[in-house]
Amino acid sequence: MLGFITRSLGFAIVLSGLASAQEMPPYTPVTADRLLNPEAGNWLMYRGTYDSHGYSALDQIDSGNVAELELVWSFTTGLREGHQAPPVVNDGYMYVTTPQNHVLALNAATGELLWRHVRFLPDDLQQMHPTNRGVALYGDRVYMATVDAYLVSLDALTGEVIWEVPVEDYYNGYYMTLAPLAADGKIMVGVSGGEWGIRGFVAAYDAMTGEEAWKTYTIPAPGEPGAESWPGDDSWQTGGVPVWITGSYDPELNLTYWGTGNGGPWTGDTRPGDNLYATSVIALDATSGELRAHHQYHWNDSWDWDEVSAPLLIDFERDGRVISGLVHPGRNGYLWFLERGADSIGFIDAGPYVYQDVFTSIDPVTGRPEYDGNKKPGIDFEVDFCPSLWGGKDWPPAAFNPESRLLFIPANENVCSTMAGEEAQYSPGRTFIGRGQSENGGFFIREGAEHIGELQAWNVDTGEEVWTTTFASHNWGPVLATAGDLVFMGGTNDRYFRAFDASTGEILWRYPTSSGITGVPSTFAIGGRQFIAVQSGWGVDAQREQNLINLVRGSDFYVPQGGSIWVFALPQ
Amino acid sequence: MTEQTDGKFSRRSMLGLVGGMVAATPIMGQPPNRLRPQAGDELVFDEGPLQGEVVRPGLLELHARPISAMARDPASGVVRDGSRLNRVMLTRIESERLTPRFQPNSADGIVAYSAVCTHTGCDVFNWDEEQLRMACPCHESQFDIYDGGRVVGGPAPRPLAMLPLEIVDDTVRVAGPFRGRVGFQQAF
Repeated sequence: MLGFITRSLGFAIVLSGLASAQEMPPYTPVTADRLLNPEAGNWLMYRGTYDSHGYSALDQIDSGNVAELELVWSFTTGLREGHQAPPVVNDGYMYVTTPQNHVLALNAATGELLWRHVRFLPDDLQQMHPTNRGVALYGDRVYMATVDAYLVSLDALTGEVIWEVPVEDYYNGYYMTLAPLAADGKIMVGVSGGEWGIRGFVAAYDAMTGEEAWKTYTIPAPGEPGAESWPGDDSWQTGGVPVWITGSYDPELNLTYWGTGNGGPWTGDTRPGDNLYATSVIALDATSGELRAHHQYHWNDSWDWDEVSAPLLIDFERDGRVISGLVHPGRNGYLWFLERGADSIGFIDAGPYVYQDVFTSIDPVTGRPEYDGNKKPGIDFEVDFCPSLWGGKDWPPAAFNPESRLLFIPANENVCSTMAGEEAQYSPGRTFIGRGQSENGGFFIREGAEHIGELQAWNVDTGEEVWTTTFASHNWGPVLATAGDLVFMGGTNDRYFRAFDASTGEILWRYPTSSGITGVPSTFAIGGRQFIAVQSGWGVDAQREQNLINLVRGSDFYVPQGGSIWVFALPQ
Repeated sequence: MTEQTDGKFSRRSMLGLVGGMVAATPIMGQPPNRLRPQAGDELVFDEGPLQGEVVRPGLLELHARPISAMARDPASGVVRDGSRLNRVMLTRIESERLTPRFQPNSADGIVAYSAVCTHTGCDVFNWDEEQLRMACPCHESQFDIYDGGRVVGGPAPRPLAMLPLEIVDDTVRVAGPFRGRVGFQQAF
């Protein structure tokens, strides 16, 4: 057995709220069947469903009445930095994670605190990304991956720690920010640390005992398939390739799909070769962890274009054929359409959804891009490239409405990077980035740009853009789509949470929260009333990009920090 | 437990137990390599071509990019590398320009600041050579080396801790404990 230390050493505490658990209904265990087919009134996982659509069939709130939406309750978390987790809801119980790995359990209807789990983090921890993206639910437990690289299992009713297991050693640069994936009786997580010389992996743990079920590295060891795509030295041991967003799951194929991040150091000339399985989607067998298929979006990444968002599982049409697909708006600025099979991932087509000046062509059969050599940074070779290192879309998830066939992409246009590599020396626990310093922090806005942020809608069957709504601000807003022909998103530096007409992109409603919103929105229903929930709490890369925008514009725009949960509904 | 965790629990467990007590004074039972720099310690380079060598004043150039160093007990030879919170960044400045109240912490124009950002604990290894500011690569916090590590940009809430120095026998020595709290502080 693993992990018995928490209660004995006091790494975590549980604070009880004012509400009494007796006032709450009995907790409904989250079974495997419920995860396969979640009720529309619940939001049981990071993106609501295994296909990562970020879509709800609830339609009480619709494009005709959303203007009446009003605040029902809010709750201040008491913490700063990036509040990115969705409010996960199971029959009236809401679970929210925050930066510094707190878990809050609340009455979803009233906002009363049931309990709070506070994790005591080691004081020598480095947090490049002080955030957490939510819980997984399974049985009567709540699971959280921590920034000091532990997986924690909590009692859903009390918040008591049942077990915790070390996934890796934070001291060597491993950390976790993703919501775990509960599937096949296991809890799966991936590790961050692409800037610290880690060797990335996905690992699965028995949901009840915490015992490791499997562990699959994202960089092959010498002798394994794909190892030839690395230089043949020790770079595979420190080459990065993190996994920091929850995977999708196809229960019929029993495959989980994970996006992978950058190789390290950042410029690819330090690790000649394609560098499998960096900047790829990998298909892992949920039972064994076997890597069954992959597709690399771009080889020998040199732009810090982590492709960490898991692809959406969407069946789309092409030339009269329905394709069981994977759809991925890439950080590299291309929208990828792939075909998923039991042992394969095939390329269908791809094209830019923002201005991209690195790719010169895409192989129509394999999808392999060719590059403009003057747009690929290297050691002491500084170049400009677009989109910026944050890409056309960073981690904030896109959403898909299966009825309207529209994919909604939270994008950033007109922002670019300047980058040169510099020699980096690996040392455990120290950054291993190898980026030289460039003017203005290596960031610039394209000449004549009139906006940065966008919300785009694409028809997945025609592959065409249907509408785009633009924002002066950059956009770090995860997207929620609902059957009410609505899209919800925050993401801008003006603190607004917005509802869009999903057919036209028109803004129908907006609400100024206390901070900028980079949280994943969710929706749920209690007693026949639909609620929309989101966390506000600006920080991490949204703030970092704001700093650079201020720098190049000579401005001093301030976005207040401090996390809160916001829940909205129609008037009763 | 030890077998399964490859020793990771032991270090972390100790951190948990002493959490909030990391001060300049020695903590009973701590191995000497984990103690914060102690008065009388010499400094050794922690990176670069001189890694492992004792820091001498003549090896540091004016306004050179700060270089990381660790304290070493001259009696036992133990390098205090048991915690990254012990790491400092060294450079040479123009002594007379240093804010007067921080001048006692400098020796022969050499200053040492904690390498650990007060925001979220990252290593502050970037260097703005035009504005003479130390900078954190994680969230762009910037620190003024001429004003006691004062925050002049970014989200860091506090100055970098400063390590007082003295020159003894042509070596740079630690003159006292860190001035200020090292690292970030968990909120809430």
